[in-house]
Amino acid sequence: MSYSDKLIDHYDNPRNVGSMDKNDARVGTGLVGAPACGDVMKLQIKVTPEGIIEDAKFKTFGCGSAIASSSLITEWIKGKTLDEASNIKNKKIAEHLALPPVKIHCSVLAEDAIKAAVEDYQTKRNEGPDAADSKEAEKARLSVG
Amino acid sequence: MNTLKKIRKREVTQKAGKPIYLDYQATTPMDPRVLDAMVPYFTEKFGNPHSRNHVFGWEAEDAVEKARTEIAALIGADPREIIFTSGATESNNLAIKGVSRFYKDRKNHIITCTTEHKCVLESCRNVDQEGCEVTYLCVAKNGLIDPNQLRETITEKTALVSIMGVNNEIGVIQPIAKIGAICREEGVFFHSDCAQAVGKIPLDVNEMNIDLMSISGHKIYGPKGVGALYVRRKPRVRLTPLFSGGGQERGMRSGTLPALLCVGLGEACTIAGREMAQESERLHYLRDRLYKGITEQLPEVYLNGDLDQRIPGNLNFSFAYVEGESLMMGIKNLCVSSGSACTSASLEPSYVLRALGVSEDLAHTSLRLGIGRFTTEDEMDKAVTEIVTQVKKLRELSPLWEMAQEGIDIGSVEWAAH
Repeated sequence: MSYSDKLIDHYDNPRNVGSMDKNDARVGTGLVGAPACGDVMKLQIKVTPEGIIEDAKFKTFGCGSAIASSSLITEWIKGKTLDEASNIKNKKIAEHLALPPVKIHCSVLAEDAIKAAVEDYQTKRNEGPDAADSKEAEKARLSVG
Repeated sequence: MNTLKKIRKREVTQKAGKPIYLDYQATTPMDPRVLDAMVPYFTEKFGNPHSRNHVFGWEAEDAVEKARTEIAALIGADPREIIFTSGATESNNLAIKGVSRFYKDRKNHIITCTTEHKCVLESCRNVDQEGCEVTYLCVAKNGLIDPNQLRETITEKTALVSIMGVNNEIGVIQPIAKIGAICREEGVFFHSDCAQAVGKIPLDVNEMNIDLMSISGHKIYGPKGVGALYVRRKPRVRLTPLFSGGGQERGMRSGTLPALLCVGLGEACTIAGREMAQESERLHYLRDRLYKGITEQLPEVYLNGDLDQRIPGNLNFSFAYVEGESLMMGIKNLCVSSGSACTSASLEPSYVLRALGVSEDLAHTSLRLGIGRFTTEDEMDKAVTEIVTQVKKLRELSPLWEMAQEGIDIGSVEWAAH
């Protein structure tokens, strides 16, 4: 099996490797996959009050395609809104990296990782200590508008 | 040994700048001495060994019979007990299906084990469908079967026991002498797939009471596409052939013999027999260097299979928290093989490792390192450096490694399966 140059580049020089404080209210964490299946991805996003992803970090246990897929999405989601990020489809990832058919599940996992991170962030916001405040603020903003 | 040293030296210069081959259990490069022996049989001595009426045929027949004698000598057999085949897969098929089909009216039970090569397991499945009962013995954590358990499993209906000499993934040596003794006592035929054992460890079909033995050419620095099956004459083992044809090879395997391949296999056996002791010593030294280099520099590396009951040319490690295929991608200059699912079409991790009780997540992190006749010390040192560097790099990238460092038990986490 030979891989595309883009995939090998992401594997050799993975972007945005690392971890953020998962207890930080601005951080959403997605942990998907399972060790028994041979791949686990951890994707973390840091979101601005305006709902823009300002930073993203990942760590991945998995094959080269899984590592490259997760590295790629950290680049793609930075600067995007949560909605835009959630709408990234696995097909785009697979196309960009020219994943062979047996590796398509790696791109699916990457898509899942984004959704999981966004969801975690949103859950935190809704449940967080200043969730009530932000709801109030939201109401105020809407009534003004 | 001087020729060998010269060859190795030439190999080193030829190999310069090329990746390091550490997959000797997959296949071996052909020894240049084997090629030399084969060359005349490609063009000038092209005869059909079964042509009885002219010199071309006689010449080829002599060469084939010489090769048969050389193969027999390596395993303490009589040349008349050696049947040429296309390789160990065919030999295993012929032994299992052949014996099962021939004796099935009287005996319809076969015993094998869970870590056998796919061609043995599939042949057993095949005869199972034909009405023969198959028992699969389990192996212990070190990869070895328990001979006492084997004895208890044998019944009066047992026709054949098929246990490999050396495992292709983890290199462990099964207690074949003990198994042979039990089979002989119980009056059961003993077949051993010795594709990975021949030429690596001393074998004697009489001392070990082996009745059928599968041999491969390309695992012992011989040509690909040729193998042999040893079939005992006294007490005689009979088998139903797989192929219909001209009745060559005592009626057990029809088809014109590829004289040049037979010559190659014969020469490979002669060299293996002559150099086995020194080669084994050299490989032990190299393997220890590799083993120490890796385990002394990396924590949480687990050896799969017994270390002592093992051929010197094999190591199989699980590098916890690092997936096997990604590791193979990182060690760009090393050619190895992995037990990870990601390298196979089946998406299942190695059934051999699973049979040892290696957990699925650790099975995904395994790497097989195979060394052999043309491996050098310098290559071992380079391999150690490359493996250690890449494992460290990939662990920094691994969320599981991070969790383990934080003291989280990976097994206690509820993972969403996908």
